[in-house]
Amino acid sequence: MSFVEGQRKPRLGVFKFASCDGCQLSVLNLEDELLLLGAALDIAYFPEASSRMEPGPYDLALVEGSITTEEDEHRIKAVREQAKVLMTIGACATAGGIQALRNWADIGSYKQCVYPRPDFIRTLATSTSIADHVKVDYELRGCPIDKDQLLRVVTDLLAGVRPRIPADSVCLECKRRGNVCVVVAKGMPCLGPVTSGGCGAICPSMGRDCYGCFGPAEGMAKGVGYPPNTASLAKQFHDRLGLIPIDVVRRFRGINGAAASFRRESEAWAVKRTNSEGS
Amino acid sequence: MSVEGCRVLPSADCHLLLDALQAKGYCVIGPTLRDEAVVWDTITRVSDLPIGWRDRQEPGRYRLERTGTGEIFGVVHGPQSLKPFAFAPRESLLQIERTSNGWSIHPLFPKPEKIALLGARPCDVAGLAIQDQIFLRGPYRDPPYASRRENLFVIVVNCTRALSTCFCSSMKTGPRAQTGFDLALTELDDVLLIEAGSEAGKAILTALPMSPASEALLAKASKRIDACAESQTRLQEQEVLPQALYDAHDHQRWDEVASRCLACTNCTMVCPTCFCHTVEDRPALDGQHGERTRLWDSCFTHEHGYIHGKNIRPTIKDRYRMWLTHKFAAWHDQFGMSGCVGCGRCITWCPVGIDVREEVAALLASDGHSAARRSGSP
Ligand code: SF4
Ligand code: SF4
Ligand code: SF4
Ligand code: SF4
Repeated sequence: MSFVEGQRKPRLGVFKFASCDGCQLSVLNLEDELLLLGAALDIAYFPEASSRMEPGPYDLALVEGSITTEEDEHRIKAVREQAKVLMTIGACATAGGIQALRNWADIGSYKQCVYPRPDFIRTLATSTSIADHVKVDYELRGCPIDKDQLLRVVTDLLAGVRPRIPADSVCLECKRRGNVCVVVAKGMPCLGPVTSGGCGAICPSMGRDCYGCFGPAEGMAKGVGYPPNTASLAKQFHDRLGLIPIDVVRRFRGINGAAASFRRESEAWAVKRTNSEGS
Repeated sequence: MSVEGCRVLPSADCHLLLDALQAKGYCVIGPTLRDEAVVWDTITRVSDLPIGWRDRQEPGRYRLERTGTGEIFGVVHGPQSLKPFAFAPRESLLQIERTSNGWSIHPLFPKPEKIALLGARPCDVAGLAIQDQIFLRGPYRDPPYASRRENLFVIVVNCTRALSTCFCSSMKTGPRAQTGFDLALTELDDVLLIEAGSEAGKAILTALPMSPASEALLAKASKRIDACAESQTRLQEQEVLPQALYDAHDHQRWDEVASRCLACTNCTMVCPTCFCHTVEDRPALDGQHGERTRLWDSCFTHEHGYIHGKNIRPTIKDRYRMWLTHKFAAWHDQFGMSGCVGCGRCITWCPVGIDVREEVAALLASDGHSAARRSGSP
């Protein structure tokens, strides 16, 4: 067991920020392995699952959710200080999540629309990823995460090997599964070619187009990653699959819309949209 | 196709062929309609085949259309060649157990059933022969591949219609299969011409009530197959390609294609000859056992080029160049043949429709780089 000294069990903490709890539920959905997991780890802090809430330090901290309040800006720093290995889980934590759509909007008007007493709401104007605030050791993508990938990474950490988190395209998994490509056979705007695998190509396996919930495929966890070629795919969506610029914007501005390369692509098409409307 | 060997089966009696294969213990796999394409699946009766359908393929686009005829093999091909039947996309190689004094390792062997692949194309058969070169060559026989391969019985269908993406005649692999099959069919209106290419194939033929094919029918078949070859777009002469491509290493066309390529791996996944794989160890949570799995991999992934702490092909340009140059140049040095059989799958199944024929032509054209001018190219 590499990341703890001696014979004691590694201590696990699971923390929630702005999120829907779906990724934490994925942990609990590991029904067959949950007992083994409980045997291998000391679950010291996991309010979603247990009323036992022990203070740190933690050997492994799983962090769900994005940073949307000042209070959370401080809390994530405290978590980081208590965590030997910090792993973010899910699109909110890794990229700001769907709530990062506010980053392109006026937070004041959002508050007005949603709450009867907007003056009670204290929130930041943006939703940002955990890595924007503290150092992150590993990232698990997805909305929600893939529970087998989580198990795999925890197993690797326990075994003392560097976790293998592939960031190849969804297409690789899609073809290994023997799916028919929905772009080529049905003309659907699938984001699989620029999206990181890990989900097992669930959506194309069900005959629909990937909407990028695992975020941009950006090389590998260690070493320099290159952004995926979103520009070429976006052009294909527009030129050959008939998407108008606003559709292209929406395609990239979803659950991982604030992830760097998806954000750049949607912003480029938002400009095209404005230009074409203006002309 | 020899006059003596070739026999005629009315298309209406196609079920007799299925019966004969099933009687010999084969599970028959052939093209079936699924998800708006054809995919390989079990054929229990003739109506499982895509009768009365055709495919239209072009760069980045695949569409089926109904013809309403009784044509059995009207669809040329789907996304996969025969590759997955011998080289599995995912294969468990061994199991590892922790013991009191170390590890014990148990190799796993697939227990494949006997499969008759009905409706392979000549390019598919040529692709399988290339895979054989890779996995069964000399002392390096790959046991899982070998055991799957030994259980395959291949029924090729000669092509009488080429897709816009086909270029087998340039690669000399089709549209008529020369070797590497157990049975070869040619569909002509309402009859199937059949000939055997192996002893196992002959054994099936003797079980069928068939008459020898007439000269007229054979001539008709040849005419249609020749016309299919004629209809294809041609690729540059094979002989000049390797050196011309090496010379084009710094051609500006690589930048252009890299601006379009997604490094998505689709071209390599559908290619009948691509053989790259990765090996993954998966330990169990209790730390007592693990399993080693082999998975299809691609030269377009980041990890493929990651060696000793450095990525030797960090950009999409590096990867596309690696792929194309390997197929059409380095493969000759490595295996004494081309790594492309001209099936056109990489063209159709590329989400952005990159056409390797166009890329090769552009790389051989003179405008990008001084050394690219070669005999035969303008
Ligand atoms: S369906 Fe999507 S994920 Fe699958 S191969 Fe096509 S583009 Fe890639
Ligand atoms: S390189 Fe393309 S055309 Fe050639 S064999 Fe592979 S998939 Fe077919
Ligand atoms: S490439 Fe040739 S052999 Fe292959 S399907 Fe096309 S015409 Fe047939
Ligand atoms: S050539 Fe096409 S199919 Fe191949 S990696 Fe590039 S975009 Fe994907």
